[in-house]
Amino acid sequence: MRPLKFLLMKEFRQLFRDKGFIGRLLIAPALQLVLLPLAANYTIKNVNIAIVDHDHSSISKKMVDKIMSSGYFRLAGYSDFNSKANKLIENDKADIVLEIPVNFEKDLIREGGRKIAIEVNAINGVKASVGFGYLSGILTDYNADIRMQWVEPSRTNSLPVIDVIPSFWYNPALTYYIYMVPAILVSLVTTIAGLSAAFNIVKEKEIGTIEQINVTPIKKYQFILGKLIPFLVMGFIVFTVGLLIAWVVYGIIPVGHIALLCLFLEVFLIAILGFGLLISTYCDSQQQANSLMFLFMMVFNMMSGLYTPIDSMPGWAQFITHLFPISYFIDVMRMIVIKGSGLHDILHQIGAVLIIGIVLNTWAALNYRKTT
Amino acid sequence: MNAITLSNITKTYNRKTVLAVDDVSFEVGKGEIFGLIGPDGAGKSTLFRLLTTLLIADKGTATVAGHDVVKDFKEIRGLVGYMPGRFSLYQDLTVEENLNFFATVFNTTIKENYELIKDIYVQLEPFKNRRAGKLSGGMKQKLALCCALVHKPEVLFLDEPTTGVDVVSRKEFWEMLHRLKLLGITILVSTSYMDEATRCDRIGLILGGRLLSINTPEDTIKAYPEKLYAAKSDGIYALLKDLRSFEGILSCYAFGEFLHVSLKCAEQEALSYIQSKGHTHVEFKQITPTVEDCFIRLLNQKNEGNGHKDE
Repeated sequence: MRPLKFLLMKEFRQLFRDKGFIGRLLIAPALQLVLLPLAANYTIKNVNIAIVDHDHSSISKKMVDKIMSSGYFRLAGYSDFNSKANKLIENDKADIVLEIPVNFEKDLIREGGRKIAIEVNAINGVKASVGFGYLSGILTDYNADIRMQWVEPSRTNSLPVIDVIPSFWYNPALTYYIYMVPAILVSLVTTIAGLSAAFNIVKEKEIGTIEQINVTPIKKYQFILGKLIPFLVMGFIVFTVGLLIAWVVYGIIPVGHIALLCLFLEVFLIAILGFGLLISTYCDSQQQANSLMFLFMMVFNMMSGLYTPIDSMPGWAQFITHLFPISYFIDVMRMIVIKGSGLHDILHQIGAVLIIGIVLNTWAALNYRKTT
Repeated sequence: MNAITLSNITKTYNRKTVLAVDDVSFEVGKGEIFGLIGPDGAGKSTLFRLLTTLLIADKGTATVAGHDVVKDFKEIRGLVGYMPGRFSLYQDLTVEENLNFFATVFNTTIKENYELIKDIYVQLEPFKNRRAGKLSGGMKQKLALCCALVHKPEVLFLDEPTTGVDVVSRKEFWEMLHRLKLLGITILVSTSYMDEATRCDRIGLILGGRLLSINTPEDTIKAYPEKLYAAKSDGIYALLKDLRSFEGILSCYAFGEFLHVSLKCAEQEALSYIQSKGHTHVEFKQITPTVEDCFIRLLNQKNEGNGHKDE
């Protein structure tokens, strides 16, 4: 085991000599953890609304006031003409057009009902659907208010009404960063540990030092361990820094056990480092490794449940995500940090990542032997 | 006992479509400096990689320091020093750190074998805290040699150690190799500089994966069968063209500022031919061939041989 000790000494010496290393290790995660959750915020504000009011009644005016006072909307235009409002959508000035028909108030009172039109600019799908959701929510509320005013209370009681009172478990206020920050931290650890390991090994190939190492009595497994252990340590450092940032900036303290997080991180890092090693056995230059890694990381990040829930994907896509260690980790992170799950709850995920790790590392080790 | 033996070694690349080494056999005695001379792509580096157990041959057997390169590769790795053609030490580690690292992985220390590397290391010592990547070409080669020597190997493999190194450093480098030879270390060295060939005990001329001749540099030169002349005139290109169209000529090629010529006919006949073509300031004298001349001759022979086969 003596050669391993010298290999490790050499690796750490090289890592800390690299000027950008500390930056990549500490500053990059800090920056990303502060910036990325802001981008992943689904609470949409400033939906631009154009209102076409053909009625100009007190009801229509109150309705507009109610919409504007909600804080989600910004008035892009208020006019009597459809054409003007449509122009605003065409020029991307308005996201939603609300059209109040002629005699809205009169018909509402006389005939007990009147349709109003909402037109939505669906180029930005998220903004469109969320904006529409807000608007219809407000209108439903307003509708209830009107009923209360005009219909006699005794009669309303006889009508069956379903009143929904939601209660959000584990995240009562549905605060987005409570579930985004742990997931982004996983993505960060994956990128930093996995990429660095792959690049580091490929670099030895590229500059030819691996050739020099291969003629020494150093054994293959010693060389591989000498490469993986430093990045395992690096993964733990990044993770710790990330958890500290989550606490300081977002006030997130894991509900579950930190030890359990570390246990899963350990298993996860073995799998992801195996993946990096595997990539490195197929590449001869850092550029090749870079493009290959970019492809995989893109898919991992998009499909791992970081932004959109895995459950809403089609069956075959869900199956693919079961092959990614990262989707298990995001799942486990959210379970432990937000819900406080115990070891028993995550046994399935630990088992899955362990199997993936064994497969990737065996594959990499076999392929490594074959190519050199 | 021979330090290195190869018998009928053949190696191909790309699923047997590219022949890199073709049925090569030779031996290198203990304490000998054996030079592999040949142009780029001749198969020199492949031979080195086969002997340092980095590659496995398709056919044939080879031993290094008495061990088979396939079966006993583990033993060989402790007994040989290898300096690849490309500088392949850690550029981001200092001179001392590189040397220390390679000493420790061979389970030894710089101190233990300091005698061996002393001559080279004293030149490196002023730069010992400098990163390897920031050294000059000659210094890099010296450091690489130090690293290859630090575990006191029995056999040293040097793949084009002087490529890209200035003349003075090259000379120093060869002096070092001769000192190592006196310590009983066997050295297999390759080069594409023909002038370095004379500094080896024996040389093997290699071309297209085939070993064309093995001899001492002196005997290689003695074995040159024809008389060789150097010719020069005011219009050197016209002279080359005229001589090549002359029937009495065996070969003629440019060599520095002279043309090297070998003849079928008598010297006088050739001279009068040149004068009949109206060349001025003609110089025409017999010279001793160099290793390069021998090499060019073998090259031409091989090409002609191939030409006949095609017909």
